[in-house]
Amino acid sequence: MASPLHIKGIRKAFGKGDKTVEVLKRIDIDVAPGEFLILVGPSGCGKSTLLNIIAGLEEPTEGELHIGGKNVIGMAPAQRDIAMVFQSYALYPTMTVADNIGFALEMRKVPADVRKKRIDEVAAMLQIGHLLDRRPAQLSGGQRQRVAMGRALARDPQLFLFDEPLSNLDAKLRVEMRAEIKRLHHVSGITTVYVTHDQIEAMTLGSRIAVMKDGILQQIGTPDEIYRRPVNTYVGGFIGSPTMNFINGRVERAGEGGRFVFEGGALDLPCPEGPLATLGQRPEHVHLGDGADWRGEVVLVEPTGADTYVVVKTAVGLITVREAANTRVAVGDNVGMTVSGRHNNWFDQSTGVRLTSMDASSLFVG
Amino acid sequence: MTAKSLTFGRVFTYGLLLVAALFFLAPLYVMVVTSLKDADQIRNGNLLSLPTSLNLESWALAWSSACTGVDCRGLKPYFMNSVFMAVPAVLISTAWGAINGYVLSMWKFRGSEVLFGFLLFGVFMPFQVVLLPMSQVLGWLGLSSSIAGLVLVHCLAGMAGTTLFFRNYYTAVPRELVNAARIDGAGFWRIFWRIVLPMSTPIMMVTLIWQFTNIWNDFLFGVAFSGADSKPVTVGLNNMANTTSSVKNYNVDMAAAIIAGLPTMLVYVLAGQYFVKGLTAGAVKG
Repeated sequence: MASPLHIKGIRKAFGKGDKTVEVLKRIDIDVAPGEFLILVGPSGCGKSTLLNIIAGLEEPTEGELHIGGKNVIGMAPAQRDIAMVFQSYALYPTMTVADNIGFALEMRKVPADVRKKRIDEVAAMLQIGHLLDRRPAQLSGGQRQRVAMGRALARDPQLFLFDEPLSNLDAKLRVEMRAEIKRLHHVSGITTVYVTHDQIEAMTLGSRIAVMKDGILQQIGTPDEIYRRPVNTYVGGFIGSPTMNFINGRVERAGEGGRFVFEGGALDLPCPEGPLATLGQRPEHVHLGDGADWRGEVVLVEPTGADTYVVVKTAVGLITVREAANTRVAVGDNVGMTVSGRHNNWFDQSTGVRLTSMDASSLFVG
Repeated sequence: MTAKSLTFGRVFTYGLLLVAALFFLAPLYVMVVTSLKDADQIRNGNLLSLPTSLNLESWALAWSSACTGVDCRGLKPYFMNSVFMAVPAVLISTAWGAINGYVLSMWKFRGSEVLFGFLLFGVFMPFQVVLLPMSQVLGWLGLSSSIAGLVLVHCLAGMAGTTLFFRNYYTAVPRELVNAARIDGAGFWRIFWRIVLPMSTPIMMVTLIWQFTNIWNDFLFGVAFSGADSKPVTVGLNNMANTTSSVKNYNVDMAAAIIAGLPTMLVYVLAGQYFVKGLTAGAVKG
């Protein structure tokens, strides 16, 4: 059964007086039943602390927390009816896989026969039936990951919490388990909060993403919203790989037939009121082309198979361009660059905050 | 490395090891050999010579009828005192250290690090310092000159060391394990019994050997706090060897000394492999 989660004004501070360190500064998030919420941010942004507070492993300095409509502040982790998957998997090393999966049920005094049935069900769901008699040390990384998920699934909790569960796996396995987690969430429909620092995991898994930095919630929205309309340069730069290009410049002419000039180049595109602004452009919206007013020298060509990323050195810094795989450019070439007109993200040059005045015009392209 | 050749370095190394081994084994050899000789042989023969006949009489004497003054019950009562003292003291101090270590590493509270710092003093404190106050406390508790009193003293004296062993071992255990168990619904004691303790075999062995050796071999507390009927084997051995009238029965004394040292040797032989394993566990991530 899916339950909602409400995080209201959660604050967490360590230390006293002048030495107080605020790790979380009033976080408000509402998670709808069945939603898959991603908490993403760099290390030290407070995302893991927030997850621990939801789990009851840490108490907030102030604020409220409701799971399934019930205030859980002050409740022990066991009473919150949650399940958590840890980065290190935290499997009990001296117990078999079956005992690991069944431990929470055993603690809740579920009869042995019911427990056994549930363990078998979960094992079948995760394809680990043949591993039930082994100990964690005898398993591979991917198998341990599955057991850790089995342990969480066994109890059918109100809330799933994941703390960077894929960061110990190699790249191929990570992609595989990512899909597995998405499938399990789809099947179980249990409300999930998932912490990661990997923005690709965030984009692929989440029904909504909360981007955090320095204990502040920067933006919360669907992956699409976060990607297309980052609220500030931080979110724009954090989400997306390769990262968004930022160009600091001056608006020469505002409005539809606008012109934006900057060191070593100029672009004709719809511009906000100036005079100063920062233009954010995703690599896929910058194109190589002759006859442009903006030129630079190719310093790196990265073919990824499907696309080729070309890094161009310009007077305003390195610009990454995503081109088709068959692009013929070489390091040292002098190339011109243009942008495709409607995917422009404009930010205030001093604060980095998004200038929403221009969003309406780019809505047309959707 | 390929085929083993007899280089100078190799010969030197093995030679040095052999000398060291002989050096440490020589006293044991003398003890064993002397214990098997009769009085005439000891008086006439060389210290290192082999016994001419196998004479086990001195062992029987040492165990059950050698005299300490007028008391001719041999080493047996003292040996049993040591057993009744060492077994509970070793078990209690080890269990105590395990629980302390568990709390100090996984359930840290305000001031727990300071508390651990103070506990460390206990490891380095010379025990002579506490002899008088301890004897006062034992008097208040009505445990003077009793085996129970010795057990208490050894538990207190050993607790700092056992806590240190377990605390350092548990520090290497990931905190997430405890957190996972808390979410699964296990409480303080359940986590200890079901998850932490089953992982502790190596350090448990180290602590058991360490404590057994210390407590069995202790002389200071044994001589200071025991009464007539509660002397441990170390004190009994000392009294037996020092109070014999007329002639010294070296063969009986040697046999008694070996008997007194046998349990610790046995513990090392049986559990020694865990000792090395436990001491190095956690040092290398594996």
